[in-house]
Amino acid sequence: MIRGENLSKRYGDVTALSPTDIDIRAGKITVIMGGSGSGKTTILRLLAGLEAPSSGHVWYDDKDLCAIPAKYLYEMREGMGMLFQYSALLNSLNVYDNVAFPLHEHSELDESVIRTMVSMKLEQVGLRGFEQMMPSELSGGMAKRVAFARAMAMDPRIVFFDEPTSGLDPISAGVIATLILDTSRKNHMTSIVVTHDVSTGLSIADHIILLWQGSIIAEGAPASIRDSDDERVQQFLHGRPDGPIPFSRSTTSYIDDLIHKPGTVRLEL
Amino acid sequence: MSALFAKQSAPTIFFGRLGRYALRGLEQIGDASMLGLHALSLFFAKPWQGRHFILQLYALGVGSLIIIIITGAFTGMVLALQGYYTLAKFGSASLLGAGVGISIIRELGPVLGALMIVGRAGSSITAEIGIMRVTEQVDALVMMAVNPKQRILLPRIIAMTLAVPLLVSIFDVIGIGSGYIVGVKLLGVNAGDYMGELIAKITMTDIYGGWVKAVVFGFMIGMICTYMGYRSERTTEGVARATTQAVVVSSVSILIIDYILTSFFL
Repeated sequence: MIRGENLSKRYGDVTALSPTDIDIRAGKITVIMGGSGSGKTTILRLLAGLEAPSSGHVWYDDKDLCAIPAKYLYEMREGMGMLFQYSALLNSLNVYDNVAFPLHEHSELDESVIRTMVSMKLEQVGLRGFEQMMPSELSGGMAKRVAFARAMAMDPRIVFFDEPTSGLDPISAGVIATLILDTSRKNHMTSIVVTHDVSTGLSIADHIILLWQGSIIAEGAPASIRDSDDERVQQFLHGRPDGPIPFSRSTTSYIDDLIHKPGTVRLEL
Repeated sequence: MSALFAKQSAPTIFFGRLGRYALRGLEQIGDASMLGLHALSLFFAKPWQGRHFILQLYALGVGSLIIIIITGAFTGMVLALQGYYTLAKFGSASLLGAGVGISIIRELGPVLGALMIVGRAGSSITAEIGIMRVTEQVDALVMMAVNPKQRILLPRIIAMTLAVPLLVSIFDVIGIGSGYIVGVKLLGVNAGDYMGELIAKITMTDIYGGWVKAVVFGFMIGMICTYMGYRSERTTEGVARATTQAVVVSSVSILIIDYILTSFFL
């Protein structure tokens, strides 16, 4: 349904994503995992059309996201939702207006109907009764849940989740993970989840894609990823400091830097 | 190899940098124009942004009212005070009303008013849009199928274009009124002379000229401040830098454009 073909992204001299092919299955939860700087958020933003790729195409069925006019892209987005890493609630609006925002924008529904729909969405995330609170008054977990309710307001077919559990306590993270799982299953939604939270990723995914340094190193069902022979996969899953994925990304030797840096004392050994 | 690393002369370095700054400046002007024009091209596109335009007009206009009243009042008072002692030396104190009125309507009202609005409202526009970018609120709008250029930029550019002439008109009235109080009530200029010379010497061309300047300044402030916010780096430092740049570029542009427009109206 969604297919990235030869997708790559460069920011100046830095390659955030090497040319990559990626398939997102319709009606399933695809989890993209990887360490910091592995390119997972970049791939999510490319698939969502928030950024243009340096090369390649993003296909939604037979439509090339990179080639369609902006007007049609906005029309397509009425069927999409996104939960941002830091919630991205509109600061000037209270909880009710944030959740009602897409409905006000894209529907002709009566306010009483919108009120009922917002109430349902907030009940789903356990925040009914908090309608009048402003985003600045919410905790991180509450803000994420409001953002989740907003992303679901239009009952989208495709939802993007950018680090949905980062910065949350285990219970809040569990609530968000359960919401993603339940809503995706019930609504047959296509969910694309970017996370470095291994336990959440493995528990909700139908399909996992593991990235390292801007390239896909493994993909498959959670069980196959868990049982993978690839040492990089096992190092990431178990959070081992030592292994083929180096912790340090320094390009030069520390000793060389110390000896040759101007102003440093040269030691005769 | 040696040619590659040959030391460049000071003029080469100077003109090289100058050229790079000039190209960067031209690139930014082009980018800002494209962004602003794109936003303006969405004026008639649905959904109509009337409510957001009114909200912005209120925020920019009412929010800047106090600073405009204070600046207008003290500008008129200082002009009357300075003008009275200068004119009195030549026995022309009766011309005080015309002097204060023409100075304010033609020059000081539009220029000082616009500069005050840049500091009060322009900077807040840049900071607000910049923070919306840093906190991904702009991306959230995009993902909710709302065009941020139409929703965020357009109402602010239009509101600024309308708010500046309205505020400048208030600045003019307050300035002339406070000049009257200082000139007539404190310094003893004849009230009939003050008002009579004011009405006799000020033409509609002066008033239209002031309004044209105010409209141009308002449009320019709106374009520059929204552009700086929209293109700011996604860091807190980037937003701070963009806000400073917006105020500096808008203020300098006002003074340059004022000279160009004045040369047309004289």
